[in-house]
Amino acid sequence: MAETTERKQYLTDELRSQILALAPRYPTKQALTLPALHLVQHTYRYVAPEAIVEIAELLELAPAQVLDTMTFYGSFFRTPDAPLGEYRVWVCRSLPCCMCGGEELLDRLCTRLGIRPGETTADGKATVEAAECLGACELAPCVWVNGEVCKVDSEQALEALIERLR
Amino acid sequence: MATDFEPVLLANVGVPDSQRLEVYRQRGGYRALEKTLREYSPEEVVELVVQSKLRGRGGAGFPCGMKWKFLPKDRTVTYLCVNADESEPGTFNNRILMENDPHQVLEGIAIAAYATRAQTAYIYIRYEYVRAYETLQQAINEAYEAGILGERVLGSDFSLNVYLHRGAGAYICGEETGLIESLEGKRGWPRTKPPYPAVEGVFRKPTVVNNVETLCCVKHIMDRGVDWFLSIGVPADPNNPRDLGSYGPKLYCVSGHVNRPGCYELPLGVPCRELIERYGGGVRGGKRAKAVIPGGLSMGFLKEDELDTPLDFNSLQKVGCLGLGTAAVVVFDEDTSIVELLHRSCRFFAHESCGQCTPCREGTGWMYRILTRILHGEGRIEDLDLLLELADSMGIIPGTTICGLADGAAWPVKTAIRKFRDEFEAFIRSGSRLTAASSGSAAGEAS
Ligand SMILES: Cc1cc2nc3c(=O)[nH]c(=O)nc-3n(C[C@H](O)[C@H](O)[C@H](O)COP(=O)(O)O)c2cc1C
Ligand code: SF4
Ligand code: FES
Repeated sequence: MAETTERKQYLTDELRSQILALAPRYPTKQALTLPALHLVQHTYRYVAPEAIVEIAELLELAPAQVLDTMTFYGSFFRTPDAPLGEYRVWVCRSLPCCMCGGEELLDRLCTRLGIRPGETTADGKATVEAAECLGACELAPCVWVNGEVCKVDSEQALEALIERLR
Repeated sequence: MATDFEPVLLANVGVPDSQRLEVYRQRGGYRALEKTLREYSPEEVVELVVQSKLRGRGGAGFPCGMKWKFLPKDRTVTYLCVNADESEPGTFNNRILMENDPHQVLEGIAIAAYATRAQTAYIYIRYEYVRAYETLQQAINEAYEAGILGERVLGSDFSLNVYLHRGAGAYICGEETGLIESLEGKRGWPRTKPPYPAVEGVFRKPTVVNNVETLCCVKHIMDRGVDWFLSIGVPADPNNPRDLGSYGPKLYCVSGHVNRPGCYELPLGVPCRELIERYGGGVRGGKRAKAVIPGGLSMGFLKEDELDTPLDFNSLQKVGCLGLGTAAVVVFDEDTSIVELLHRSCRFFAHESCGQCTPCREGTGWMYRILTRILHGEGRIEDLDLLLELADSMGIIPGTTICGLADGAAWPVKTAIRKFRDEFEAFIRSGSRLTAASSGSAAGEAS
């Protein structure tokens, strides 16, 4: 790996103060791990290894502790060369959605975008992942896009979704 | 969502601006909290909840008041953890409550915190629930401003802080001790019990974990009284000392192959068939149901001829299911492949096992691999008994695992194979394999 003279600081003063503002809520600093990881990922669309070290320093933990927690959960993206797209798209594949066409939907969406599940489009717009029950089974088969859930059960709905992701 | 039952938990859903404090108050909101703080001591509230026989709505059905009574008398700090991780496939009632009536949730939390002497409540909410998160945060802000949260709640001596804490996409964090570990900033590995959370929970302090719907019920028990609550549902069977009764209203989620999927509030004990026919609008396309999940995936499957079973805490075990679970009913029509259903079920649990206990980690993995083999036309008849043997040996019921995820993984296997064995055998014997499109292997799975 090439030596870099300047080390990028991931935890800006603003992020630091956002994280520390939550500290009075918890009796331990370690409890800030998930909130900190969410804040960093929301800012950069991934959590860089350096950011893990900086979070650990801020929370007085070993980097391994932060890494251990982070890798347990499905939400975090880790590699700088494959960050999350501008839109994060979850297609539900749990039974209620699956039996209403959820897997075919995932398949067709990915084919149309030219990616496989888990990948991001070349323009960095959309990351599409298979998800387990999103708690919106009345909308089966459903898709989560940056926090909004919609039912995608027709050609038009799929076209509208693809249009949004362009 | 018309039902004969006058909704209580969902009474405000659909009312314009139901999320706003002003509207909530106009409709009688926070009356129960005021009355509770004015007229009852914390111990008296606990006693009322014990008398109401309220059982937890999060899946295990544990008596709520009894759980509160387990808190040590000499404790100085108590935490309330509100379980809003709602991830059991088929379940979405907590989301409906939080998105549409956040103050009802907060009122339930405040009463429960007062009763248990908790001064801090954490709402552990799954990451995916963005709208619910934002709605709740707004309601919390309103409540602080109005003096309903914070120092001296409604002018009383009781103080309470409520914080939202977001999960990060792990089903196991719904298990109460997985939730506690996750809240502490660690991986969500469930703890060995005892000690139970009531004695040593989050941050090593006495802790109560309750589901969102359970806490909403608490609000109405304080508002309308114990007798009202006991007048709804199914009384305990006097001939069965282990039946603790199924009292109160319940939010039933209906999804899958039905005409009107949705969340319906009914008295506990509605027969599954009535729920599907009258409320869910019947099976789509005029078809017959083949299999039904009665209470979230972990509970296993019902056959068509078992659909008259009442959805209460006592009846589902009689037809081989694990229990009422989250009362999320998922309907599969006659064209559904039971082999495919079970394959997807096993995929879910293999994916969500936290990996801590060998029988669960290996068992869920093996079950998924065997089902994949069957689905690909390479199954053997002996596989069915192997699957049953695996399923019978994993879980807290056989005593081999730390948490109930393993039981939840086992029950779909046991019920599917025992109730639909002919179909599995015919599938294996015919050497058929489901095509990529219908088996979902095209989705990058099961290879
Ligand atoms: C694998 C697993 C997942 C669970 N997920 C949830 C959940 O998402 N929400 C919930 O309220 N309870 C869940 N539970 C049940 C909790 O452990 C606990 O019993 C419940 O939150 C207690 O609240 P209640 O008594 O009010 O129901 C889960 C249990 C297991 C074993
Ligand atoms: S039973 Fe499964 S999910 Fe539960 S603690 Fe053990 S390995 Fe983890
Ligand atoms: S199964 Fe897809 S949202 Fe529940």
